[in-house]
Amino acid sequence: MNVKSKAREPREGEPGLRSSLRMNVKAKTAYKGITRKKYLFLLSISAAIVLTFIIDVMTGPASLSANDVISTILFPAYSEPSVQVIVWTFRLPIALMAIVIGIALGLAGAIMQTILDNPLASPYTLGISASAGFGAALAIVLGVGVLPFADTLFVPVNAFVFSLISCMAIYGIARFKQATSETIVLTGIAVLFLFNSLLGLLQYMANPEQVQAIVFWLFGSLTKANWTTLGITVGIVLVVIPLLAMDVWKLTALRLGDDKARSLGVNVERIRIKGLILVSVLTATAVAFVGTIGFIGLVAPHIARMLVGEDHRYFLPFSALSGAFILSAASIFSKAVVPGIIFPIGILTSLIGIPFFVWLLLSKKRGYW
Amino acid sequence: MKLEIKNLKFRYNSNPVLKNVSMISEPMVTAIIGPNAAGKSTLLKCMCGILKAEGSIILNGKDLKAYQKDEVIKAISYLPQESSTNAIMTVLEATLLGKISSLGWRIKDEDLSASMDTLEKLGIEDLAMRQMNELSGGQKQMVSIAQSIIRNPGVLLMDEPTNSLDLQRQLELFDVIRDITDENKMTTIVALHDLNLAARYAGKVILMNGGKIMAAGSPASVITEAMIREVYGVNARVTLDDEGIPQVIPINSTRKCGIKRP
Repeated sequence: MNVKSKAREPREGEPGLRSSLRMNVKAKTAYKGITRKKYLFLLSISAAIVLTFIIDVMTGPASLSANDVISTILFPAYSEPSVQVIVWTFRLPIALMAIVIGIALGLAGAIMQTILDNPLASPYTLGISASAGFGAALAIVLGVGVLPFADTLFVPVNAFVFSLISCMAIYGIARFKQATSETIVLTGIAVLFLFNSLLGLLQYMANPEQVQAIVFWLFGSLTKANWTTLGITVGIVLVVIPLLAMDVWKLTALRLGDDKARSLGVNVERIRIKGLILVSVLTATAVAFVGTIGFIGLVAPHIARMLVGEDHRYFLPFSALSGAFILSAASIFSKAVVPGIIFPIGILTSLIGIPFFVWLLLSKKRGYW
Repeated sequence: MKLEIKNLKFRYNSNPVLKNVSMISEPMVTAIIGPNAAGKSTLLKCMCGILKAEGSIILNGKDLKAYQKDEVIKAISYLPQESSTNAIMTVLEATLLGKISSLGWRIKDEDLSASMDTLEKLGIEDLAMRQMNELSGGQKQMVSIAQSIIRNPGVLLMDEPTNSLDLQRQLELFDVIRDITDENKMTTIVALHDLNLAARYAGKVILMNGGKIMAAGSPASVITEAMIREVYGVNARVTLDDEGIPQVIPINSTRKCGIKRP
């Protein structure tokens, strides 16, 4: 480090203006280099998602060619009626749901890791998914036959309320006497166990049909997707994205530490509460419509961090797209593992996620957190 | 900018930390010294508005409460004690965050230039493309300083900025702080433990103890053997160098410590 005293004074033979212009060009070139690389990564993952999306629609009991899929999506009126039904009624909502839920979980994980300043935070590892699952199961057990709109509204609202409760509990304990990140993770694990126990209790009390519904639902499966639930999920994600976009710099500043962020004018408390509410909304939506899908929220932000860094203008979109890519790829595998059977996707993402999680723990020295 | 504090009081829960603190700071380097838990860090946090205290903070003759939030952020820059971060971003991007209030989705050329200029001013322009998590503690501290001065604040508050720096970098850092203070006519207030650094670089020294200001004035008038014995509980020798700057040589603690021998 070579500190220059009075460096602003023009050097001999080099007027200050020329020096400043040179610096301007240097800064612009350097910054362009950084952003070009990030845009390239964003473009690459977007292309990969398009690819997995097409393969996802092609894959299934009746194999379709890429040509069939693309022409049926673009020109449904000119395609064969049977192919049109397969693509538009069965496969498109599922393939699109994989992408949208991946976006929701990727974003939820990225926000949680930033606002809780913890690399292990995700809706799944901190029990948010479990609490949303319990809320939804409670609605299935108590709501069926009680409320006429139980399936469409009661379940997601219940999932949201419970995910919000667990989010606030974790945050409250995190704030209590400035708990360390280890305390936050342990609290999250406690929340996870608590809601898993409550879920067990609920299953114990429920009748066999309800138990079957809860278990199938908790596995996490995209086959529950239809155009209505897809529309609601897309709508919620589209509402959340601009709410996050307006705070990208504040979220980035949070990575400098609370005091530094506060000195830059960031209302740290407000942004944390807002972030937790948005995480609850995204997680509850995902859990309510496709069940519990783990590890996307943990893995996607880490991939984003390694490739585009933590400027949240790039970090959040890349986390979202990474989540979409992983879930879309998992959707293909869920159909390809056992031909003719669609494997519950929640099981697959956890199986893929665990080795990654272990690698993450072992590679802590890489300095990505 | 002139910063005036009048009857400032602050308590953590029921614990009074600042007890009727009043002081005036003008464009120069002012060092706040005092033992641990004297209230130095709390005073700085109250000055920049992170902590809400009772009493008045007057900036250029106007109460801080009468300013818009953005005006305060632009005028007062604060560098916290623990400012090291492992954020995955380049030094150039991290420095830009110092201008957070003016940053949009697209970075303006003038902000980029200001960022690079600031890094050059601190002599760390060669770090611009390095990742923050690859830097040493001292380098991170320099980037934090770059974040603090990029928006040309009228008041710069620094809490123990030399904590993680070796001797050479401590001196280099204070050379830069003094130059920037003089050049920009800035009011720089630094909380410090090192009495020799305070004596060498500050135009004015404020001594705090138990949440109160015990003395304020030139380094030679505040940093004395009697003061060090009374406030720090340390026997020390204080001599004046050729420029009349006090030099402190600590000898021992006035409390009896060590291994009890039979």
